[in-house]
Formats: sequence, C-alpha cells, structure tokens
Amino acid sequence: MSIETERSSTESEVSGLDYEETALTLGLPGGARAAGSDPERKRGFSQTVDLALGTSRNDPRGGGSGRGGGGGGSSGDRSDESLDREVSRSEKPPAPKARVVGWPPVRSYRKNALKSCTFVKVAVDGAPYLRKVDLEVYGGYEQLLSALQEMFSCFTIRNYPNEERKLVDPVNGTEYVPTYEDKDGDWMLVGDVPWKMFVESCKRIRLMKSSEAINLAPRAPR
Amino acid sequence: MMTYFPEEVVEHIFGFLTAHCDRNAASLVVQGVVPPAARLRRNCYAVRPERVAARFPAVRSLTVKGKPHFADFNLVPPDWGGLAAPWIEAFASSPTAAAAGGRGGRAGGGGGGAPLEELRMKRMVVSDECLETLARSFPNFRALVLISCEGFSTHGLAAVATHCRHLREIDLQENEIEDRGPQWLSCFPESCTSLMSLNFACLKGEINVAALERLVSRCPNLRSLRLNRAVSVEALSRILMKAPQLVDLGTGSFWVDHRSEAFHRLISAIERCKSLRSLSGFWDASPLCLPAIYPICSNLTGLNLSYAPAIQGSDLIKLIRHCWKLQRLWVLDCIGDKGLAIVASTCKELQELRVFPSDIYGAGSATVTEEGLVAVSFGCPKLHSLLYFCHQMTNAALITVANNCPNFTRFRLCILEPKKADPLTNQPLDEGFGAIVRSSKGLRRLSLSGLLTDQVFMYIGMYAKKLEMLSIAFAGDSDKGMLYVLNGCKNLRKLEIRDCPFGDGALLENVAKYETMRSLWMSSCDVTLGGCRALAAKMPMLNVEVINERTKAKSRGSPSDFHKVEKCVYRTIAGRGTTPRFVWIL
Repeated sequence: MSIETERSSTESEVSGLDYEETALTLGLPGGARAAGSDPERKRGFSQTVDLALGTSRNDPRGGGSGRGGGGGGSSGDRSDESLDREVSRSEKPPAPKARVVGWPPVRSYRKNALKSCTFVKVAVDGAPYLRKVDLEVYGGYEQLLSALQEMFSCFTIRNYPNEERKLVDPVNGTEYVPTYEDKDGDWMLVGDVPWKMFVESCKRIRLMKSSEAINLAPRAPR
Repeated sequence: MMTYFPEEVVEHIFGFLTAHCDRNAASLVVQGVVPPAARLRRNCYAVRPERVAARFPAVRSLTVKGKPHFADFNLVPPDWGGLAAPWIEAFASSPTAAAAGGRGGRAGGGGGGAPLEELRMKRMVVSDECLETLARSFPNFRALVLISCEGFSTHGLAAVATHCRHLREIDLQENEIEDRGPQWLSCFPESCTSLMSLNFACLKGEINVAALERLVSRCPNLRSLRLNRAVSVEALSRILMKAPQLVDLGTGSFWVDHRSEAFHRLISAIERCKSLRSLSGFWDASPLCLPAIYPICSNLTGLNLSYAPAIQGSDLIKLIRHCWKLQRLWVLDCIGDKGLAIVASTCKELQELRVFPSDIYGAGSATVTEEGLVAVSFGCPKLHSLLYFCHQMTNAALITVANNCPNFTRFRLCILEPKKADPLTNQPLDEGFGAIVRSSKGLRRLSLSGLLTDQVFMYIGMYAKKLEMLSIAFAGDSDKGMLYVLNGCKNLRKLEIRDCPFGDGALLENVAKYETMRSLWMSSCDVTLGGCRALAAKMPMLNVEVINERTKAKSRGSPSDFHKVEKCVYRTIAGRGTTPRFVWIL
C-alpha cells in the first residue's frame, strides 16, 4: 500500500535541487509537492489572512498558509491530512476531508451524547428567566437572531450599515447587543466568526444592554 | 466414550474444569450435565437457541452477544440481525426448562416456569414484545443487563418493572431506547424492595422523579444507581439523602448555580455517602460544580468524566489531585498531556485508563500525545488496561511504555489519523507495538493504529501467545501480515480487519484456524467473492457471510468472483435462520 508521506529529505538531496524545492513560497513547512500541486503557491497577505479565517480559496485541499514567513522548520514528513490539521490550529474550521466510515472507532452513542452540547442558555439583561436554544438547528446568524427575537418577543432586529446587528426593545428604545461566552471564557460579539466556528465555541449567549457592551473586543476589519 | 460413564463420574470430572471456555467446550459435547448454577455464554448465531434451551434447561444465567464488534462503528448494516426474541422465546417455552424450574423452585419463588434468572445481552435487537415475554415467563427473574442494544422502548421496561417480582438489577448501558413516556418507573410495585442496581443513564427522555425517589426509599440494598440527563441536581440531592449507602453513582445533569442553596444541599448530600467508590454521569457538568464531590474524592476507585467536555485543564487537574485511590479513570482528551502527568503523580493505584477523543472531526484544542501516555506509564505501574485516542505516537514512547508496564491485558491505541507514522523518525510503528507484545506476555486484547507494515504482525505472531482479540485498520503490506497472526497466535478467538491489503491468499492459507476461533471480520480488504466461496466450500462448518450494501447486486445475478466484498465469517454449528437481503450465506 502506498504511504502518503512526504518525499524524504534524503531523496531531494540525491536528486539535486528542483525548481519547486528552491521556489520561495508562503506555505506550511514541507508543503505538499505531490503530483497536482498547486501552481499558485505564492500568496498575497490578504489571501493568507482570508484562508486563515476559513474561506478556502485556491488550494484544492482546503488548506493553506497562515504561518508568516517562509516554511522553515520540519523536514516535510507530514501527510496532507496533517497539514490540514496544522492549518486548523490557526482557528480555521477543519478542511473538508473525506470522512472515513467508522473512523475513528467511537460508538455512535458517545458521538451523539457529546454532540448535543449545542444547547446554550440565552440570558437577557433584566429578564427574570433564561431560555435555551439548540444552535445546530439554525443555519446562520440571521436565523438565530430571528429566533431570539421571537423568544423574547419584545425585540425587533435593527440592522446597522456596518453589518452590526442589534436587538431593540421598541417600548423604551433600549438596544441589546448579542454577545456570547466562548470556550476560553471570553465574552465576544455575536457575528464575528464564521457560523460553524461560532456553534462549536459558543457556551452561552447574553443579550447585553448596548451601554454595557463597550468593553467587548472590537470587530476585525472586513 | 463419555456416555459410558455414569453421570456422577462425569459431574466429578466437570468439577475440575474451572476455566469458562473449557466448561463451555465440554458442555457442547456432553448432554445435560451442567450444574444448575452454570452460566452460559453464546454468540447468538453459534448455535440454535432451542437447542441450548433443550440441552441446558436449568440454566440460571445466560449471556448472548449479537452483532460483530465493528457494528459499533457503523460498519454493519442496521438490519443484519442479532435478534433477542428467539432466545427469550426458546427459554420461555422450553418444556424441559419449565419442568426444571418446577423441580428446583426456590422457596418463595414461583413454582414452575422457566428458571432463568439473569439475562445479559450485547449488540442485540430487543423488542418490547420479547421484554414482555421475558417478564411474564421467568418468575425468578432477577437481573437484566443490556449493552449497546436497540429496538425497544420504555414500554418494554415498564413490562419488566411490572411483572418481575424479585428484580435485583436493571443495567442499561449505551442502548438506543425509544422514549415513550416516563411511566415505567411508576410500574415498580410497592412490594418491590429488592433492587440493588439500577442504571438508566442512556435514557433520553424525562422520567418520573417522584416515582424514582419512592423506589429508592424502599430499596435499602440499592448499591448502584445511574441516572439520566433528565434528573436535576435538586432531585439528585433528594435521592442521595435517601440512599447514602450507594457505592456507585451516575449523576444526572450536573449543573447548578454554585452560589445557590441547591448547590449547598448537593454538597451535604454527597458528603453523607461515605460508601461511594465510583462516579460517572456528569452530564452538562460545569467546573464550578465540581467542588461538590471533593469531600468523597479520596474514596473513589472509579471515575468517568468522559461525557463532560466542559471540564478541562486546570479544573480537571484540581479534581484529579483529590483522587489518589483511583483504579479506573475514563476521561476526554482535553485532559491533555499535562493532566495525564498529574494522573501519573497522583493515581498510583491506577489499573485502567481510557482517554476518549473530544473533538472527532475538527482539530480540537488540547489533546493528548505520546507524552501523556509515557508519563502515566512511569507513574502507574499497575496499569493493565488501556484505551487511548491520540493525535500521534512514537516508537520510542511505546518502547518506554512497554518497559514500564509489562502487565497489559488490554492495549488499544487509536491514532486518530489513519496510517500516521512516528513523527520523530517518519518510521512505521512496528517496533513500538512489537515492544508492547513482547513485554506484556499476558496481553489478551490489542488494537493497532498508525503506520504499520507486515513486520508488526510478525512480532504479534511471535510474541502475543495469549492474544484473544485483535483489531486491525489501515495496516500491513501483504497477505503475509495476516498469516503471521493466524499462524502464530494460538489463542486467537476474534480477528477484525478493515482497510488492509489482505486478500484471498491470506484468507485461504490456514482455514483450519477458523475452527478454533469465534469470528473473523474483514471489510474493505482485497478478499473476493471467489475467495469467500472457496472458503465456504473448504469449511462447510463455517458460516461465511458476505455483506453487500448495494443489494441490487444480488438480484442481478452473482457478480464476478473477482468482485471485492465486505464480509464476515463466524463459526457456527447451526444455520442462521432468517437473513436480510444484503447478506449472502455461502
């Protein structure tokens, strides 16, 4: 069976310096040079940033750069799959690799039991009780906010030109900003990260009064 | 020859057969001479249930296993089989069983009726109807253990609760149970006071908490109680106040505001449980609630946190530091290598460790590597049972682990990425696993992963003489690999292989071996239909099944003999009975 690892460094020493070996590229160490490698290995900074944030562009594997500077480091002993893993560590959603049936060998019962952690509590400043929503049920931020609007039926959604979304209590005009606590325990503005990443990292939601929301992390420039 | 000896002589000889497998083997040959207290274990297709019931009418305890192990991982189509009904009906309706029950009826038990008292089933399809049959047919029935089963609902549980007057144990582990309402708990009559063990952790729906509290109150011998997610912390506190004698507890939902009165009531309730040795559950547990269990942590021998993904890092470490008597620990990989180092320095009595993956599809945050395992091997010399999901492993680490822990009986390593090499050397992990089998002479169960060549199988065949079960995935180079195992592992009973380059040559070289084994599973290998046919022809006593999920292939006439198949072989004396459309018996 073929072993899907990189060509070992000794091999390239023997064969001499190929063009690809010497080309300066932005890319992960030992980036895949197997047949069908991406000719557009050099990427501009903005594309790099976009890849890191999860939009898979030119790279057919869905992987990409995300580390600054040249390759450096390791001697190319990683398969494509572990390259994806490296990229994923820089906060990018996992690359769409082909899922192998029944691997890893984890019982469905366990998978299902851990999956249903997409229920999160929703608190509204000033409301006497909390609600719970299952984030997996929604396709994106719009649907979630609509659902919250219905749930705490006093709100309407107000859209701002810079794509911020706020919920407004029409009775007294108080604005509420949807915020959430992530896995690290930090309070973030809802809407900054890709939806899937949000679902995976959101632990609870709080509709915070706008006046209190000034201390949250500013949005990344779009 | 045996038939010429009087029964008393045969029974005397039987008395010397203490090993379970030996008794089973002997009992297949000798009619009816099995002491009444015997336990029987069968694979559900190894022999016809009517025959077992006729031959062993007085059996009190029966264990039946259904689907192959790989069914746990969706490799077996859902309607494959493993039906419980024929077994329950056979024992319920066997006339000899009824007669035996009448003869040996216990005082206070039902006179007449089949004497079956304990039924354990694993990976079987169980229906509400057959649970009802069970409840009504076995007047002395005491213990029902269902593991990874499906096909029944809470109505079936209600039947058992209603009709089994001497129930001691209901243990439901990881089953798919349809929720048809919470009434089943109310079906235990007021006269039911004999419960010792109740586990319904896998139930998904609501339960009648008041009925549960009353049940717990009137069962003073209750030792083990595992609740489901629907049971709140407040309810848990009330239950613990009524059952401070508990030895094993599975909590329900373990979340409560740690500033509230309810939290303080929980602490008081748990503190009273001086006999508590084992904890599990922790559904939705928040780290802030963990201090509630600190008072009893130093008594714990078993701890299962593998369903509590919110408990990580420093909270987990703080908890582990209290648990210095732990023998069995199940955690998620968010414990990290650092956490495992704390386990190593704290839990000197550790015998069994399971580290499950918390983030199966993504890259995950903290995970474990070879470092954590090495640390545990240094700190926990009594470790003999391991299940370890990790992102990478090295030969050097495995060799170190092998040197530190020569007592493994179960060693299951799952490197999440198939065919992953040693990241330090880029080599296959043959040497590492070789060291494990060489050092742990008592190894009975082994699961391999990572990049592996035929060499590892040579080591296994050479050294793993006590090995009974081997699981292989994405490994090996040629037929030689499989043959090393078949030829070398004298005690091999179950071999399961997926996605390996083993073909007809390996399958057919040592067919006599299969007669000494319980089962062989091969999927996505290089075995062809022709190979399976040849095997079936050579070994008529074997049940060779070919499973083909594309059922239309069957109706179009047989595909070529070169068609590669998924298949399963198991040893059987009787036929199978009904077969689903996608299964061909050759």
